Amino acid sequence: MAIDVLIAEDEPSILEALDFILRRAGWSIGSVTDGEAVVDAVRRLQPRMLLLDVMLPKRSGFEILKQIRASESLRDLPVLVLTAKGQAQDRRIAEELRADAFVTKPYANAEVVSAVRRLLGEQVAERG
Amino acid sequence: MLSADLVIATAIAYVGLLFLIAYVGDRRTRNRPGGLLRSPLVYTLSISVYCTSWTFYGAVGSAARNGLEYLAIYLGPTLVFIGWWFILRRLVRISHEQRITSVADLLSSRFGKSSRLAVLVTVIAVIAIAPYIALQLKAVTSSIQAIAGTSEMARGRLTGIDEVGLAFGIAAGMALFTILFGTRNVDAKEQHHGVVAAIAFEAVVKLTALIAVGVFVIYAGGGFEGIFSTAEAAGVEIYSSDTFGTRWVAMNLLSFAAIICLPRQFQITVVENSDENHLRTASWAFPLYMLAMSLFILPIALYGLTSMPEGANPDMFVLTLPLFAGHESLALFAFIGGFSSATSMIIVESIALSIMVSNHIVMPVVLRLASDARASDGRGVSRLLLNSRRFSIVLILALGFAYFYLTRDSDALAPIGLISFAGVAQFLPAILAALFWREASIKAATAAVAVGFVVWAWSSFLPSFESTSTTVAAIMAKGPWGITWLRPEALFGLEGLDPLVHAVFWSLFLNTATLAVVSLLTSRSALERLQTNLFVNVFGRTSGSGQTFMRGSAAVNDLFFVAQRVLGDERAVALFGNEASESGQVWTDLEPTPAFIGRLERELAGSIGAASAHVMLSKVVSGDAISLEEVMQMADETQQAIEYSQQLEKTSAELRSTADQLEIANRQLRDLDQAKDEFLSQVSHEVRTPMTAIRAFSEILLEAEDLKGAEREKFISTIHKESLRLTTLLDEILDLSALERGERGWENQPVDAESVLEQAVHVCHALARQRAMTIRLARRAKAATVSADPDRLGQVLINLISNAIKYNSTEHPQVTVSSRIVDGAYCVEVADNGPGIAKAERGKIFEKFYRGRRAGAALTGAGLGLAISRQIVARMNGKLELIEGTRRGACFRVTLPLLKAEAMAGE
Repeated sequence: MAIDVLIAEDEPSILEALDFILRRAGWSIGSVTDGEAVVDAVRRLQPRMLLLDVMLPKRSGFEILKQIRASESLRDLPVLVLTAKGQAQDRRIAEELRADAFVTKPYANAEVVSAVRRLLGEQVAERG
Repeated sequence: MLSADLVIATAIAYVGLLFLIAYVGDRRTRNRPGGLLRSPLVYTLSISVYCTSWTFYGAVGSAARNGLEYLAIYLGPTLVFIGWWFILRRLVRISHEQRITSVADLLSSRFGKSSRLAVLVTVIAVIAIAPYIALQLKAVTSSIQAIAGTSEMARGRLTGIDEVGLAFGIAAGMALFTILFGTRNVDAKEQHHGVVAAIAFEAVVKLTALIAVGVFVIYAGGGFEGIFSTAEAAGVEIYSSDTFGTRWVAMNLLSFAAIICLPRQFQITVVENSDENHLRTASWAFPLYMLAMSLFILPIALYGLTSMPEGANPDMFVLTLPLFAGHESLALFAFIGGFSSATSMIIVESIALSIMVSNHIVMPVVLRLASDARASDGRGVSRLLLNSRRFSIVLILALGFAYFYLTRDSDALAPIGLISFAGVAQFLPAILAALFWREASIKAATAAVAVGFVVWAWSSFLPSFESTSTTVAAIMAKGPWGITWLRPEALFGLEGLDPLVHAVFWSLFLNTATLAVVSLLTSRSALERLQTNLFVNVFGRTSGSGQTFMRGSAAVNDLFFVAQRVLGDERAVALFGNEASESGQVWTDLEPTPAFIGRLERELAGSIGAASAHVMLSKVVSGDAISLEEVMQMADETQQAIEYSQQLEKTSAELRSTADQLEIANRQLRDLDQAKDEFLSQVSHEVRTPMTAIRAFSEILLEAEDLKGAEREKFISTIHKESLRLTTLLDEILDLSALERGERGWENQPVDAESVLEQAVHVCHALARQRAMTIRLARRAKAATVSADPDRLGQVLINLISNAIKYNSTEHPQVTVSSRIVDGAYCVEVADNGPGIAKAERGKIFEKFYRGRRAGAALTGAGLGLAISRQIVARMNGKLELIEGTRRGACFRVTLPLLKAEAMAGE
């Protein structure tokens, strides 16, 4: 059963908050807290997009992104990168790795929701 | 029957033979340098000019009167020659390099090319040698008379001529002979090979003659034993008990000085030396020669004393013994031997003295009179030099004769010789100082020589006129103007000494004392310092780099003119031609370099002495010669420049190293800067994480009004928890930052570590219960007092125990806490049975913000705990480390030193 958004985030509070707002926006959500488990979860849950934190335990978000972009089957998965460092360098790396969106913590909930909507291609239809 | 006529005729014939040898010798060395005449053998034989007729006749007389005392005269020179390496070699090397021509020149050159000192030394030498010349005259006269005295018939043509007339005749003959012999060349440095050859020949003659007489005596007296036993039977005291007393020491010292200071010895040993290595041979061969000379002296003396009639002059035994026995040819041979000793001494001595007189007295006067050296007529200088030398020879022999005349009544030979020895010995302190003592100054040397000379003249020279002058006799008895402590033989109240010892003691003592004291009181001029270096460091510097101080545009013509006049046309042309070809210039365009002027000065010095050469060249070059002071200043400036550049070099090296250090520091700074960025980035991350949660839930609470009470409450409590986390984080960051700066927010005090541990375990029990695990307390220390802060130490222990609880993900988690005392230190270990810490992480766990690989459990904490704990323990002089546990799981150990009293009680 495919889900809309897979959240890869290790901080329980943040994960809980993201889960809450995205569910409220009407999407189905899956989550993973361990860097090493992300790619498997993507293959298993077939999300329409990935919300990826950079600072994950065991495996960094950038490494995961790289692997996804290198994979034949996953390379087109829309990825939203979340980072708490918020530095230009992180943004640049994310762009180089062809992340589809980039959000800095702490974020406004609306910002995340609209980014997710855009990546899911629902923007116009929903508004209308 | 021997007659005076025959003896005189033989003597003249002998002199003729000598002349022939000298002539041939000159010719041979001129045509063929090297060969026998420049061999070490001839050199050694010529040194035996030391053995004069005093030795030949006088030593026998001395032995007859004083036993073995005469040996002292040989011992001193032997010491000098065996120790040639120290003194003679140095003397010869310096003299060759500096073209030294005499003792006076040596001292003058060493002490700043001073003409005053040269004049003083020359005058003293001439006066001191007069008794010695007189001694030779007396010996020859006595020997002729001894033969003539045997019968009325033997007097021959001498009838009517008294002793004085004979001595005068001999003196005149000697003067003529010496002039013919020794003043054909002007350059004293151009060695007198002919003369040396003749002297060497004479050495052989006198040795052979003495040995011949000795053999005859042994034969006639029935062997050594026979002679000694006869002498003993006759009551002759052979082994005089006081032979080796102070007088003997004084004589040794005098002969030691004489072999160095006597002008003729300096001439032969140093000036005529053509090869430094000849000294090696001479160092053993010359003592051997002296040994041979002295071998038969005692037997001859003893045999003479026992076999000759009462009242016979022991000084003439060598001659009278064969004569008395009727061996006329042997007697004639003995006479020739004695004559030979006398002539060789007179020839060399007067040549040496005449060179001194002409170089140091006549030349300076001439130079002073002719204000411009160029004004005097062309070849004048060399002619003038030759004439002044001839005149000097006449003067010296005249003085000798005068002394002979004044002291004709005194009969013994040896004392006269010793007077001369004591006179020239006054040069010894100055010479030794010149060679070895850097601080010796011109004023000191001059004063010392002058003082020594005055004391000698008063206490040794003057008393020899006692018998001919009533005034002198009166002074001897009562002192001048009745001042008794100035009596010549009892100076300053020193009475009861042998006159010789007395004179030697006072003269040399005051001489040396003056030299030392004045040297220490005065400073040396620039030129003196230069010359000191050349002398004292003769073996220490690269040779041939003679000093030169003149510079400038001296016209080559002027220099040539001077050189031509002093050195002669031939040598001047050779010298300049050589320089021209070396520098590749045409003669007339020759630009005299300082080196060339220096060489020219040394060449001139070889002819006219260092001081005169210096003055002479100064006049020619003086146009724009720079003063020595300026040269010294330049040298100083150069030295400063060198030092400055060395400093610069040092500075630049320092700069380089500073730059390196700066680069290192810069790299460290960059690293630090990066670390700071890293830190800030991490802090930012750590702060942003709770902030994100807070913001996210706040927005949710603001927007979603439809939230249920329970959910709403949960969100609010999350916000609260996250804000607490944020506060803790900021506290920890500030805490760590302070600790890292070395600050310590507490005072260490004696703390019961065990109770702190107890407390920490108690606090952690709650946490452990939450996780359903136990804290096991293993072996515990009984009591331990450490220097710490109880709260901070508790913080560390709680941090360790709670980490062990939090990161333990096994099924049956357990934490073990133990404590003990090891080597005066309190030791707490916190071990868990969790997954442990991977090797790769072991080094990193104490780093800031490092949070091991968590087992997925949601944990709070910024990863600063261990970093802070480690800093805290360090501030308590202890250490926190991760150790290799025996079981799986991590094991942390805190080690704190026990307080002293506790440590002792615990052992």
